[in-house]
Amino acid sequence: MTEPLKTLAVWKFASCDGCQLSILDCEDELLAIAGAIRIANFTEASSHVIDGPYDLSLVEGSITTAHDAERIREVRAQSRFLVTIGACATAGGIQALRNFADVAEYRRVVYARPDYIETLATSTPIAQHVKVDFELRGCPIDKRQLLEVLSAYLHHRKPVISTESVCTECKRRGNPCVMVAHGTPCLGPVTQAGCGAICPAFNRGCYGCFGPMESPNAASLADRMAQLGMTEPELQRVFRTFNAGAAAFRAEGERHGR
Amino acid sequence: MTSNDPPASPTAEAGHILPAAHFDALLTLLHEDGFDVRGPRVQGGALEIGKLPNAAALPQGCSATQEPGAWRLQHTGTPAWFGITHGGMSWKALLHPARTRLWSAERTADGFSVHEDAGPAKPFAFIGVRACDLRAIAVQDNVLQRGPYVDAVYNARRNGAFLVTVDCAEPSGTCFCVSMGSGPAAGSGYDLALTELDAGSASHRFLVRTGSRAGEAVVQRLGLCEATHQDSASAKAIVEGASARMGRSMDATAARATLSANRESPHWQDVAQRCLSCGNCTMVCPTCFCTTVEDTSDLSGDIAERWRLWDSCFTFGFTHVAGGTVRESAGARYRHWISHKLLNLHEQFDESGCVGCGRCITWCPVGIDITAEVAALPQDVS
Ligand code: SF4
Ligand code: SF4
Ligand code: SF4
Repeated sequence: MTEPLKTLAVWKFASCDGCQLSILDCEDELLAIAGAIRIANFTEASSHVIDGPYDLSLVEGSITTAHDAERIREVRAQSRFLVTIGACATAGGIQALRNFADVAEYRRVVYARPDYIETLATSTPIAQHVKVDFELRGCPIDKRQLLEVLSAYLHHRKPVISTESVCTECKRRGNPCVMVAHGTPCLGPVTQAGCGAICPAFNRGCYGCFGPMESPNAASLADRMAQLGMTEPELQRVFRTFNAGAAAFRAEGERHGR
Repeated sequence: MTSNDPPASPTAEAGHILPAAHFDALLTLLHEDGFDVRGPRVQGGALEIGKLPNAAALPQGCSATQEPGAWRLQHTGTPAWFGITHGGMSWKALLHPARTRLWSAERTADGFSVHEDAGPAKPFAFIGVRACDLRAIAVQDNVLQRGPYVDAVYNARRNGAFLVTVDCAEPSGTCFCVSMGSGPAAGSGYDLALTELDAGSASHRFLVRTGSRAGEAVVQRLGLCEATHQDSASAKAIVEGASARMGRSMDATAARATLSANRESPHWQDVAQRCLSCGNCTMVCPTCFCTTVEDTSDLSGDIAERWRLWDSCFTFGFTHVAGGTVRESAGARYRHWISHKLLNLHEQFDESGCVGCGRCITWCPVGIDITAEVAALPQDVS
């Protein structure tokens, strides 16, 4: 008995397309993906769209317009299983910086005809609007993690996605710690693993692309980064990037900069 | 034997002498005997353990400062070849690797077949093992090899390993091996123990003590001269000097009573304010042995793999059971870790789980200091 292939849809909300590109970046595995799941709706890859409902939806991007707040409900209604992918979808993305600012003013500064722009005052993660079955972090997501989530979904098992710190990956990889060995500020201790500790492997501090880890103590890390020479505005800035809207990073960003 | 009068001239009791100029002969011999020779190497501003082709690859001319949360390479031009005590990486990375595939399975026409990965092709030879790290290897031997369950991965890597230690002349700012009875001179378990003498002079040499038949055979094949009592005295002075310059100290016996008496101390909350639960301390600790397993399958479902990874008691997953995580607070997690090191391992294995290497202090991003945390707890007065 062969089951029919499950169907996959990929949706875009406010985002840069980087996470969708990570799917296409699975060059070596693309044929295996296409063999394991029916790609029914993925307009970034093909204009051929099969109507829903879909077994699995991958959702990229955050909710920044009233129209998108409606559209995500339609996507949810058409999806048996919904996985959000990337910092925009899971935390509001870099565009969540608007949550700390006056959007009307941004609109005036950026656009020649601000009256053409309809937007919400906030950028919010998908899970604030509809039920999400699994969140895959990262800016962008890591392709091995994406393949793991797809494989786990297809074979009815729990995905092996760590919620521990980047440091655990960093040490297992054998990187010398950039904070300790060079005094370089690093968000690794408060950031969720998943990237494979790429930045420390190249002697850079972690930028926090994967958002807060399971038990983040951002205040203690910020104290240490201040000792290493970071100023208050710099401290605010490091917590206000791709995951500025994630609770632990938002709270720490708010503690600094004044 | 009653007389302690030292014989007038050279004696094998004092050990042998390996002139620095002949150090490569030792490495060549080990390579020729089929060992995978590893030693300290400076790479990217840090000290790692890497392949050691020859003595010139040793971190000659380098030192390092260590303090809570900071390790800094210094190009001091010191003539010593083993002037850096240690880096964050320990021999654990080779004997008890951070990631190992335990097996993989593949679907076949009539079921599935299982493949196990072979162990390392060559036995290891470690050059420059510090006394604390030698003790740490013994702790892991006890846990992973001597109990009722022998760890196959560790066993395959540990058996046949040839250990060459180097006594410490310059302990780091976070070292406290004297307190833990593990250094700065190598105790037992080595094949060869070296003490570096008169670096920078024409008589730069190593005093060599043998600790095993294999070590004796190497000394014989190298044709080393016997050491004099003067050489032994020099080595002793170096070790005594290092003992007097420990960066830190801890009363290990009192620590056990202190930890037993302070299970509910408010001090754990104070640690929790600072601790990041990042797990770095456990990853760098040369005695921490905990692992987790991860099972994965590929997209087709035809291939499955089981991997084993270093785990850390600072994660939620470590104590996750039906209903949630047992140690939810960072204070509870730190208390567990420090208690396991200094107290509980005694009960299980009759020895300390801490060898005083100081790595957890140096490599903690926020500099949490195991010796200071014990000292900060109210002493047990009972
Ligand atoms: S470099 Fe960053 S991620 Fe790696 S161990 Fe250090 S603090 Fe953690
Ligand atoms: S607990 Fe710290 S000092 Fe003790 S052996 Fe482990 S890393 Fe070294
Ligand atoms: S004691 Fe330090 S290294 Fe260990 S988990 Fe806490 S912050 Fe990380």
